[in-house]
Amino acid sequence: MKLKTALMGAVATFAVAQMAYADAHEGERGRDGEVNIIYWQAPSILNPFLSGGTKDIEAASLIIEPLARYNSSGELTPWLVEEIPTVANGGVSEDLTSITWNITPGLTWSDGTPFTSRDVQFTYEYCTDPEAGCAQLTKFDGVSSVETPDDLTVVVNFDSPTPFPYGPFVGGESPIIQAAQFSECMGARAPECTDENFGPIGTGPFVVTEFRTNDVIQLEANENYRDPNKPAFQSVTFKGGGDATAAGRAVMETGEFDYAWNLQLAPDVIASMEEGGLGTPVAGFGPLVERIMLNNTNPDPSLSAEERAVIKPHPFLGDPAVYNAMSMAIDRPLLVEVGYGQAGKVTCNWVPAPAAVNSDTMTCDTQDIAGANAMLDEAGYMDTDGDGIRETPDGVPMEILYQTSTNAVRQDFQALIKEWWSEIGIEAELRNVDSSVFFGGDPGSPDTFQKFYADVQMYANTFNGTDPQAYLGNGLCDKAPSPATQWQGENISRFCMEEYDALHAELTQTADAAERAEIAKQLNDMMVMNGGMIPLVHRGRLSAHANSLGGIDLNVWDSELWNIADWYRTGENR
Amino acid sequence: MLNYTIRRLVLSIPTLLFIALVIFLLLELAPGDPMGQMPLTIPDDVKQRMREALGLGEPWYTRFYLWLYQFFVVEPQYWIDGAFGTNFADGAQRIISFQSRSPVFDTIAERLPQTLWVVGMSYVVGVAIALPIGIISAYKQYSVFDQAGTFVSMIGFSVPPFFSGVLVIVIFSVQLGWLPSIYDTTHEVVDWETFKFQLQQMIMPVMVLALQTTAQVSRYMRASMLDNLGQDYVRTARAKGLTESVVVMRHVLRNSMIPVVTVIALGIPSIFGGAIITEQVFKVNGLGQLLIIALQGSDIPMVMTITFLLAVLIVMMNLIADILYGVLDPRIRYD
Repeated sequence: MKLKTALMGAVATFAVAQMAYADAHEGERGRDGEVNIIYWQAPSILNPFLSGGTKDIEAASLIIEPLARYNSSGELTPWLVEEIPTVANGGVSEDLTSITWNITPGLTWSDGTPFTSRDVQFTYEYCTDPEAGCAQLTKFDGVSSVETPDDLTVVVNFDSPTPFPYGPFVGGESPIIQAAQFSECMGARAPECTDENFGPIGTGPFVVTEFRTNDVIQLEANENYRDPNKPAFQSVTFKGGGDATAAGRAVMETGEFDYAWNLQLAPDVIASMEEGGLGTPVAGFGPLVERIMLNNTNPDPSLSAEERAVIKPHPFLGDPAVYNAMSMAIDRPLLVEVGYGQAGKVTCNWVPAPAAVNSDTMTCDTQDIAGANAMLDEAGYMDTDGDGIRETPDGVPMEILYQTSTNAVRQDFQALIKEWWSEIGIEAELRNVDSSVFFGGDPGSPDTFQKFYADVQMYANTFNGTDPQAYLGNGLCDKAPSPATQWQGENISRFCMEEYDALHAELTQTADAAERAEIAKQLNDMMVMNGGMIPLVHRGRLSAHANSLGGIDLNVWDSELWNIADWYRTGENR
Repeated sequence: MLNYTIRRLVLSIPTLLFIALVIFLLLELAPGDPMGQMPLTIPDDVKQRMREALGLGEPWYTRFYLWLYQFFVVEPQYWIDGAFGTNFADGAQRIISFQSRSPVFDTIAERLPQTLWVVGMSYVVGVAIALPIGIISAYKQYSVFDQAGTFVSMIGFSVPPFFSGVLVIVIFSVQLGWLPSIYDTTHEVVDWETFKFQLQQMIMPVMVLALQTTAQVSRYMRASMLDNLGQDYVRTARAKGLTESVVVMRHVLRNSMIPVVTVIALGIPSIFGGAIITEQVFKVNGLGQLLIIALQGSDIPMVMTITFLLAVLIVMMNLIADILYGVLDPRIRYD
């Protein structure tokens, strides 16, 4: 299965590469006229530092750019710099406490002024201002200072050895803004700079001509873009709003738009749209995983609200026989087919991507109800009162509350999984909560996923970039949300294991990429095998482009529009 | 009449303040969080700092007072400055949306044209179709025309726009390819060609919305006409030897219009509320879409301002409808 997938992937990559060469063409800037992009979530602002929303970050990526970014295979690619600094080339200091970026000479902003290291330093100052409320603050975690020895050199100093120093100024979430434009917009004044936030000056292939918040953006090719032959399109219309169905229809059936982002639609809907013949869906896989989190605390409602999420352990979910049986009872290939089609894959891992950190220790692609039943029988969970629900050896019936956010696919999954679990004698009560409440993090609400007032809950999570260190930190004991932390924290299942904490500490000290990947795999296995979660589906991003649009290279590690400068119209449609 | 109007206007001030308080408290009590739509990759402490930067750290009464101050003092200052080039506002903080960090009124002003064009036009079209249908249906009660009118009204009442809208898109955009399915809000009418395009992109949303208005208003019109057609004064008019057209159009219609005018007037605020669902279906991105996106994102200043403006409109339209009563019906006098 794995080998076959890998081979098919290789064949597909090869085929795509062939096509790209066949279509490749050169010409002057703006030769292909207009390109229309539709995002069913409308961008609200073009300043990624004031909004963490993906829609805003991706829209802004047409205009402002980072020093380096990830390409579609998740590799770091120099963008506004000469090369990626490493210990080997001397760009990263031996003691791992500083990184030196060398800006490409001759770069200019779209207003014609030179792009200098001062702009990079300013971006750091802008985001880390204590009153700014910067959404990308974590990008600058551990940074003690940013120095500018000369106009083209930026030195980022960290307060401790940082084996992965590619956080600041890397990727679509951490672009560089112009010091001259934003100098009056520091700290508390940031929200007042509407003109700046709606029309940042950038180094990217396009400049904003009109921005209508939550509606539409009009852009023109940047006359000062570094490559004189790019972008191929003279203008971009970036429409937002509506729903994923309408966006897919506009690209694949009516042909009004050329690119539609993130079509979270049922596989059969996508297939019927594709029959429209005007566009093609493309899928890419980042580390997004739909999973069932197992509650490691006791969520008994008779405990007080403060105690429920703290008192351990759970009456039975902590037993390997129970969570392994629950996982074995799930038919993951069917879930993929029902919910995600070509935008989903079976996974047993918490961190299924990038490929280097995808552990192959576990298999879970076949359902085994009989095996699950046998496992529970052997562990002493028997149905003693004949009601079809097993009891623990202490006589606690195995009834669980299974919650998730309101979403058609998630409710389908709930119904299917409830059925499978009932076949192994575990009764699940289903509950769904509106996603703005569930993910809202309001400490006053009992329904947030952080409080986890349920036995199991299902949602998806991911991380930005390709380094999983911070994401794996979500399994550390001290990251558990509790009343003492105002219910903030990322360790939702309240998983806690000394060995895990120790191994994660080792990861933060390791610089070698292969070793890091090995530790990441071990951490992944530890979390899944010790009852932190049941991974279900590795979810991809599915977007669609018009058949007449060439140069698309779907990137899930960075902005999807990362290479819009290379997009063009294909042959007959020009 | 003038006394009455002034009295009503003065009375509406405490009413509106009370409405503002109720809306604010409802939003305050409602679950939801402006950071709820942020990706999970942003940690909680960063979200907390973003909330504080939005002013959410303050107690609710401080924020309510601030909103009132901004709405009634700062914003008018900006309008005066904009109109006369003065500088009353002097850089004071305006009402800022949580989502876009831009002044709420700028966004509303940006959205108003689309909404007025599409929703307003549909209202005019709907009323223009509804009145004749209502009149003829009542005059020829139980005729084929009346039955057909009733049928169309029932469809208009019962078919929601998220069905009829998508249906017309599938027919006219996907199958026939005649009309665009996505409204271009940046389109400007400068010549005959662009006007034609504007018509093409407006016709579907306008007709889908007009169907609903038509259904509602034509039923009122028919019922009101039927009430009046049986009255003694109609028999008198006919006995005087007046022609049917004079009897129906002058005597009956005028009297029948009184309740219908109220219905129409009270429907006007809903134009400014936009058509949430229809705007979403056709991507018109007017006030309705603005409101629903703000609700989804818990953008309290935006929701608060739009709903309050709607409350003002409803109170005003009620007043206007009452005054129109006095104008249309000589039996009603307020002084």
